[in-house]
Amino acid sequence: MGEKSFQIFPEAASTIAGHVDALYAYLVLVSAFFSLLIAFCVVYFAVKYRRRGDEIPRPMDEHSIGGMILEIVWSVIPLGLSLVMFAWGASIFFTESRPPADSMEIYVTGKQWMWKIQHNEGAREINELHVPVNRDIRLTLTSEDVIHDFYVPAFRTKTDVLPGRYTTEWFRPTKVGAYHIFCAEYCGTKHSGMIGTVYVMNEADYNAWLAAGSGEGSMAEQGQALFNQLGCGTCHPSEINKLNGRCPNLFGLFGTTVELNDGSKVKADESYIRESVLYPQSKIVAGYDNIMPTFKGLVTEDGLLKVVEYIKSLGPRNGMPSSATSAPAQTSGPQPPAAPTANSRAGNPATPGNR
Amino acid sequence: MITATPTVQVKKSYFNQKQGLASWLLTLDHKRIAILYLLGVTFFFALGGIFAALIRLELATPAGDLVESNTYNKFFTMHGIIMVFLFLIPSIPAVMGNFCIPLMIGAKDVAFPRLNLMSWYIYMIGGCFVITALLMGGVDTGWTFYTPFSSSYSNGYVVATGLGIFIAGFSSILTGLNFIVTIHRMRAPGLTWFRLPLFIWAHYATSMIQILGTPVIAVTLFLLVLERGLHIGFFDPAYGGDPVLFQHMFWFYSHPAVYIMILPSMGVVTEIITTFSSKKPFGYTFIAFSSVAIAVFGFIVWGHHLFVSGQSAYAGMVFSVLSYIVAIPSAIKVFNWTSTMYKGAVRLTTPMLYALGFIGLFTIGGLTGLFLASLGMDVHLTDTYFVIAHFHYVMVGGAIMGFLGGIHYWWPKIFGKMYNENWSKISAIIIFIGFNLTFFPQFILGYMGMPRRYHAYPQEFQVWNVLSSAGASILGIGYLIPFCYLLWSLKYGPDAPPNPWGAATLEWTTQSPPLAENFEVTPVVTQEAYTYTTEEVVHVG
Amino acid sequence: MDSPTVIAPGEAGAPPHHGHVEHHFEDASQQKDAATVGMWCFLVTEVMFFGGLFLAYFAYRQAYPAAFASASNNTNLIIGAANTTVLICSSLTMALAVHFAALGKRQLIVLFLALTLLLGATFLGVKAYEYHDKWVRHEVPGYHFDCRTEEGAPCTDAAHTPLFFSLYFGMTGLHATHMIVGVGIILFLIAKARKGAYGPEWYTPVELFGLYWHFVDIVWIFLFPLLYLIDRSAAK
Repeated sequence: MGEKSFQIFPEAASTIAGHVDALYAYLVLVSAFFSLLIAFCVVYFAVKYRRRGDEIPRPMDEHSIGGMILEIVWSVIPLGLSLVMFAWGASIFFTESRPPADSMEIYVTGKQWMWKIQHNEGAREINELHVPVNRDIRLTLTSEDVIHDFYVPAFRTKTDVLPGRYTTEWFRPTKVGAYHIFCAEYCGTKHSGMIGTVYVMNEADYNAWLAAGSGEGSMAEQGQALFNQLGCGTCHPSEINKLNGRCPNLFGLFGTTVELNDGSKVKADESYIRESVLYPQSKIVAGYDNIMPTFKGLVTEDGLLKVVEYIKSLGPRNGMPSSATSAPAQTSGPQPPAAPTANSRAGNPATPGNR
Repeated sequence: MITATPTVQVKKSYFNQKQGLASWLLTLDHKRIAILYLLGVTFFFALGGIFAALIRLELATPAGDLVESNTYNKFFTMHGIIMVFLFLIPSIPAVMGNFCIPLMIGAKDVAFPRLNLMSWYIYMIGGCFVITALLMGGVDTGWTFYTPFSSSYSNGYVVATGLGIFIAGFSSILTGLNFIVTIHRMRAPGLTWFRLPLFIWAHYATSMIQILGTPVIAVTLFLLVLERGLHIGFFDPAYGGDPVLFQHMFWFYSHPAVYIMILPSMGVVTEIITTFSSKKPFGYTFIAFSSVAIAVFGFIVWGHHLFVSGQSAYAGMVFSVLSYIVAIPSAIKVFNWTSTMYKGAVRLTTPMLYALGFIGLFTIGGLTGLFLASLGMDVHLTDTYFVIAHFHYVMVGGAIMGFLGGIHYWWPKIFGKMYNENWSKISAIIIFIGFNLTFFPQFILGYMGMPRRYHAYPQEFQVWNVLSSAGASILGIGYLIPFCYLLWSLKYGPDAPPNPWGAATLEWTTQSPPLAENFEVTPVVTQEAYTYTTEEVVHVG
Repeated sequence: MDSPTVIAPGEAGAPPHHGHVEHHFEDASQQKDAATVGMWCFLVTEVMFFGGLFLAYFAYRQAYPAAFASASNNTNLIIGAANTTVLICSSLTMALAVHFAALGKRQLIVLFLALTLLLGATFLGVKAYEYHDKWVRHEVPGYHFDCRTEEGAPCTDAAHTPLFFSLYFGMTGLHATHMIVGVGIILFLIAKARKGAYGPEWYTPVELFGLYWHFVDIVWIFLFPLLYLIDRSAAK
């Protein structure tokens, strides 16, 4: 982890880290310039214009034009420099808000005071996250209790992890190594103990690690087991073109836009699935009645993520879980238009051979 | 005229015109109320400082080996709550605002003296609630009380503390209300708005924030207390609520609150720099309007505390650009202060040292705020020690330096005594050095990734933490020294003349200390603000 | 020394026996001006105070429209409308009290203050009845909460209906608290009015209290539609 005893910078181990460091350099330069300028002026004026004897300066005329020009100059120049800071930071932020369409998905559940991580293929880890280098990784995170925050300084990225909601974070690691994970939102007694390690491995090592993972089957398979165990399948069809008038068909549902009974439209993303299971009465699909019972208390957050993965796997959008095309789930803000991808259901037949 | 007699004749002033404990505790005199507040804020500053010392002591080593985690979490929570709500928010307005505003505008008192006294009692009662909660076991939520930890998980005394802050908030509201009415309606004849000292403009802007913002934190804490007591789901998802709504409501007040803490300090600095340059402030109108602009814009940037909280990216963009705009008026002030010294006649007295220290440290603090306003940069830096360093630079390097500068500037007027200038300069320098050593390493820690509110930390952060803790001990010593020489001056210091500094605002035309009724004759103002003449020049002792 | 620049407290413009001018004011008109500005500032703080609750209301109504529509159906429209009428009438009687205070008609001041008090107390009584009714019907959030429609079925999106009721009690409760304080102040004003304290030279307390009372009324005029009227027919 680069345990040098004297360090000023963390390692830069993601694609965005270099951009953030460059912005930082600009900010430091501008700040140093103005701090030193002011400090110099203050000291210089204090010395050069120190009071000698009893004289006080002749009252100066109110600095008319000259004064006004100065005020404008030192308002406009800082404003300009600031807007550069704003634009540069905003552009980095937008990149951080848009995970690439073919990112590899990993699910993280935070709870006091540990991180539980689930890979699609079924591997599970606690306080450790193994990822392959040079791949886009997208995390979907939720909390079981209070607000946490998943922070990897080496990747320069973090996001709050909220109870009752999914948030996302993505990165593309560039350097093999081990890096800190910190919880960065105060969460109680062992907040500073809620730390872990990201292990970035080269592709071969990662696949080997994955193969040795949990024997419980992939997340989607575990999700299917839960789906049946909870009785969801007694009402919801999950095969193509099956309709029974009582419950909406889940085949190919994920990522589409659903029309609700009050005329509004909502995107069927991870959050929608979760809400439908826990608070089915909040959103009723158009043409259906309000008959779905709630499963609150009957399924854990981990279980919900498995069910979500299962539903994602239904339909032509299903592919190899780790290379599955998945629409970036925006849990907040306006939904971007669903980007048509090579595997979109707009036209392609199902390719079961892709499993 | 009082003729000098061989025996010492005590000068008649507000200090001794009435005597006895009751005359202080039931006073309606704004000057006495200011001193009551001074006692209160000093006590809470000391208490908050003790917690700071304990924090830095623990953080000198990477392991959590001084106290256990729950205790440490209470340390930083109590430090934050006491320093923000019970020290910084009241400090300058309640002490120096109360004392100086009526004098500066030629009035006999504030508009509502009884309300003023009631504000002090409300403040003390709120403080008592917080202390009671502390003695019962304290609270461990962080001063930001984020839900659902504070509403459903914490084992601390959230309700008692929340009620204490709720009550103390009314003191702030009523003080702001009092000042607004006073400044509007009680100015001496001839004292138009643009002849007012800039200290008054600063307090006017501060009061606007106090009356508009504080009720929102009151209702937020009220809902939090309801949720915790009755399990009503305002903010806890388990009951159907939204934890991010709490953050929006909390920061809607708490961001403008930081301007409540800094604007009065800026007002003090303007007065000091002007007086000790013997020159009217450069760009009077710009400084006045920038105070109001900061107050107004300060209300529309709260979302920059929620960039990674699940707020929409578009909202983030809006708050980010507004946060840069709110920084510009502060930059204008810094340039204007510096320009005031240009071709002035500068005297490096103790208040001036504090004011110049303010300029340097506030500049650094404000510039590092720009780091945090930048979205992409904030993702890395938020919730780390960078934020802690930033706000301590503006709050301690800024607001507290201004407070101390004001104390040293108006001490002769308030108490009628001069303090020892050598000791005061030495402690100002010690504070400056100790402060930088404490907080500059925290910028580095933050970029390295050390999160805030951490009881224990990885080994590679230790070097900077040790430097910071060493600085904290120097800073602590620096704060203790003024306590000594200022108290000493009350008994042994030389008497202060009416205008030891050669200042040009109205409070310096009265005796030191002033009479209870301030002015024997209501002054009539005929000159522009800050008109210095040679007759004003007095040799400083 | 009686020099022209000395302004003795209470001299210039002080009324003969009504309304003492405080020593720190130059004259009665400055005192009245200050009190008026002060009351308006205070009302601004009250707007922000209620504003926080309105913000929470709007946020949750937007998030859970079905639950809010269903829950608001359980408020009693007739009682709410009647209460609104009572409160508006009390604003009328208060305005008349101020009017007569300015004219110094002692008995009419007392009469209209008493009517305001009566109407205000009626409003509070009806509110108490409504609260009791909600308690009996299990609509108070907490352990026994159970929101049901007229037909006895659970409310739509029942899991989120406690939010509506929490806000209902929070907002109307805060409003009622302000009214109780107001009622207390009216009693004080009545006592003073009976002694003839208010007249053309000085009726500031009545006038400024009138501002406060009208403000409390206006808050209710916002609360009533939000809690009782919106989405009533849209609920299933």
